[in-house]
Amino acid sequence: MGEDFLQNFEIAIKVNNLNLWYGDNNALKEISIDIPKNKVTSLIGPSGCGKSTFIRCINRMNDLVRTCSIEGEVLVYDEDIYNEDIDVVELRKKVGMVFQKPNPFPMSIAENITYGPKIHGIKNKNELNRIVEQSLKAAALWDEVSDRLDKSALDLSGGQQQRLCIARTLAVNPEIILFDEPCSALDPISTAKIEELIMNLKKDYTIVIVTHNMQQAARISNYTAYFLHGKIMEYGDTEQIFENPRVKSTEDYITGRFG
Amino acid sequence: MVFKRRHKEKLIEATLFWIGSLTIIILILICLFLFRDALTLFSTHSFYSFVTGSLWYPTADPPLYGLIPLLLGSVLVTFGAICISVPLGITSAIYISEIASPRVASFLKPFIEILAGIPSVVYGFFGLVVLAPYLQLWLDLSTGQVALTGSVMLAVMALPTIISISEDAISSIPSSIREGSLAMGATNWQTIYKVVLPAALSGISAAVMLGMGRAIGETMTVMMVTGNAAVIPGMPEGIVESVRTMTATIALEMGEVPIGSEHYHALFAVGSVLFIMTFLINLAADIIKKKYRFKLEGS
Repeated sequence: MGEDFLQNFEIAIKVNNLNLWYGDNNALKEISIDIPKNKVTSLIGPSGCGKSTFIRCINRMNDLVRTCSIEGEVLVYDEDIYNEDIDVVELRKKVGMVFQKPNPFPMSIAENITYGPKIHGIKNKNELNRIVEQSLKAAALWDEVSDRLDKSALDLSGGQQQRLCIARTLAVNPEIILFDEPCSALDPISTAKIEELIMNLKKDYTIVIVTHNMQQAARISNYTAYFLHGKIMEYGDTEQIFENPRVKSTEDYITGRFG
Repeated sequence: MVFKRRHKEKLIEATLFWIGSLTIIILILICLFLFRDALTLFSTHSFYSFVTGSLWYPTADPPLYGLIPLLLGSVLVTFGAICISVPLGITSAIYISEIASPRVASFLKPFIEILAGIPSVVYGFFGLVVLAPYLQLWLDLSTGQVALTGSVMLAVMALPTIISISEDAISSIPSSIREGSLAMGATNWQTIYKVVLPAALSGISAAVMLGMGRAIGETMTVMMVTGNAAVIPGMPEGIVESVRTMTATIALEMGEVPIGSEHYHALFAVGSVLFIMTFLINLAADIIKKKYRFKLEGS
């Protein structure tokens, strides 16, 4: 799109004319967007508008959907991730994802964290212990669980589980983290903790977050894209989108007239 | 009107209660008769020599009712069957639930169910005329009617149980957990091997237990293919020797004994042992299954 407001920033994800179909259903239409590095970019829009589908294109999770087909370009650090010789494993290592519902593995807290590093070849025990501590600290969970790392992750509360999932994602040292409505299953206090965490993480990571909660988008994101019917209707500075939307339907949505 | 309706409700509830209870009553009655007839043996025959006796020789004088050869025969054949059917069953379950496309899976499943529907005498016949001669030839045995033949046939018969219950266990693992693993850069196989299978392990163990219960209680097939020699099988070479299981013994001898004789009661005693074993196996399967339900939900 060549957004003016991004002129001075390094671009982490560049999407050009992305079209996506589920069977015959054209779920994403001509999506073009530049997502800046080390910023929080939020995707808002009513249910079924394609924002979750879009975020799943960035780490190729849509590959799991058999009927899904894609046209156009998604560049992550100038590399076309739909190119045939792209290694999806490497891509997903670089682009982590946190899901809507906390989905810890049915293992201990520590094993949840070491799972990623282990599959990517780290075997040294001290190194793994260091990663556990570092990741849990970065996800603001260390103080709550440091005395029970060998206990089941499923015994944690929902908010703790979600922070564990964030810690797990951090453990493989990604550059970009995708959040797919990470707080929709959580209570307000847990939500506040996750939001605080996301704002701290943007120093080191590029963050893309899908959210239904417009206050959340306004609170935590630098840039906001408004999706409707599989298209991006408006993309800009979060402040500008919420205070001075240029497109009528954006205004209707954020003022609660529909959605 | 209200009074009448309430009575009708009560009547329906009571009827259903008694029909439901019938199964349990029948089970209790079977237990009672089985154990009563079994315990009668020990008024004339020592319990100790039944449990520890190494010879089953009802026509000797005095007759010998030693459980050990039959028990070990059953254990050996069942163990062999489990060794074959567990790897096959679990890999099939993984393939059907995780790897096969829905179309292939829906094509395969009915075939597995057909496997469960084949009468055991047909398996026995197949084992006797096809498998036994081949085993005899390949392994250079004096007879093909050995424990291994029984194990192979029982393995095939236990497969449907193991596959369908393991598959249920694997499919019940929420797909969000798989996505979580894949999103971290794990391959499909790493996800199956390191996340899905450990999570489904208790369900799979329950499947193995139930398959074992199915195998140990099977009669007709083993009777037809294992040679029925009531000797204590050697371990491990007994797998290629003729053995006789508890089930086969009861089926072979029950028709020939006078009702109420010592031999008759000895067969009931063997039946009780079998009953207790299958009961314990099923109980274990049940406990494991419950444990697994808690595990996924947290405690």
